[in-house]
Amino acid sequence: MPLGSLPARHNVAGAKNRRLRAAVLGVAWRGGAWSRHHGGSGIARLAGMSGYVAVAAVLVAGLLLVTVAMVVRRLLAPHAPHVGKLTTYESGVDPVGEGWAQTKVRYFVYAFLYVVFAVDAVYLFPWAHVLRSADIGTASLVEMGIFIGVIVLGLAHAARRGLLRWV
Amino acid sequence: MSDPVGLPMPTVRPVEGRMGVLAEHAPKPIKVVLNWGRRYSLWVFNFGLACCAIEFIATSMGRHDFIRLGVIPFAPGPRQADLMVVSGTVTDKMAPAIRRLYDQMPEPKYVISFGACSNSGGPYWDSYSVTKGVDTVIPVDVYVPGCPPRPEALLHGIIRLQEQIATERLSGAKLRGRYAGTRLATAGDVSRPLVTKPSGIRHDGEAVTREGH
Repeated sequence: MPLGSLPARHNVAGAKNRRLRAAVLGVAWRGGAWSRHHGGSGIARLAGMSGYVAVAAVLVAGLLLVTVAMVVRRLLAPHAPHVGKLTTYESGVDPVGEGWAQTKVRYFVYAFLYVVFAVDAVYLFPWAHVLRSADIGTASLVEMGIFIGVIVLGLAHAARRGLLRWV
Repeated sequence: MSDPVGLPMPTVRPVEGRMGVLAEHAPKPIKVVLNWGRRYSLWVFNFGLACCAIEFIATSMGRHDFIRLGVIPFAPGPRQADLMVVSGTVTDKMAPAIRRLYDQMPEPKYVISFGACSNSGGPYWDSYSVTKGVDTVIPVDVYVPGCPPRPEALLHGIIRLQEQIATERLSGAKLRGRYAGTRLATAGDVSRPLVTKPSGIRHDGEAVTREGH
């Protein structure tokens, strides 16, 4: 197929898409590049929040989906509740106690060591990605030094309390 | 011989059962569509208790593949399941759990009893601990015979169940009828008390001492 024949149709659709996109996202096609409206009327400023509009639309669609599904179920499904059906699901045995229970405070050790060893890794990986960049590389190295210093302080505290001993 | 330990007497409970407004008053073609939806999306809950469970798993796998019949295996739990397949030897100790998990399935719910043990107790029919058929505990829609049945037998049972669902006419009155009287057992109703300790008297009437005479 000659390359010239397709873009003609493509352009029509493209122009239509561009108009639609401009209306929805508040951006305009100016000489081959997208540019966003700035300032001006309230509508234009609202259009600047297009990302949040998309989030709100997803939220509304999600709520609508669940509501419609629940209402349809209510209208169609049989319904026969009784005691056994309404008890807590416990793999077929009687539930013991309540849902609310106290946790022993000594389990804080696990949370503490988890923060020291695991959560810091979450920050270390993205940092390794920007370490070589010219603008924030050095600053991030210093900041990470401070962060790891705090973590090591925590680790020293854990060691001093005897939490690292193998029981 | 001590007397056999019986089940406690089931209690009569009030039954609340109704259909959704639309489904109750829907014209026949709509009910056909609803039944069609039900029969081909059976989320199945495998109550695997013995070797029959292996045959059930074989049926769910690629060679026999009951997903092509619309049976979706391994529902997260009874609250998400439409069909319970009891496959294996039901013991009196497990019976209350089966009843409770059946209770917790949403309506409409179906049960396939898979294999001789869950049909009637099977080769263990005279055991002290084996329930004489799972239908003494929960209502069963389809029985699949065999020891253990081949996967094809389960496929046949599923098709039979789907035929039943296709002709089913659900209504509030039928729901209430299904659980009327004492048929709404709870797990407690199917729990036997502990077997009592031996009395210390031999069959010939002589007292048993520590030395055995």
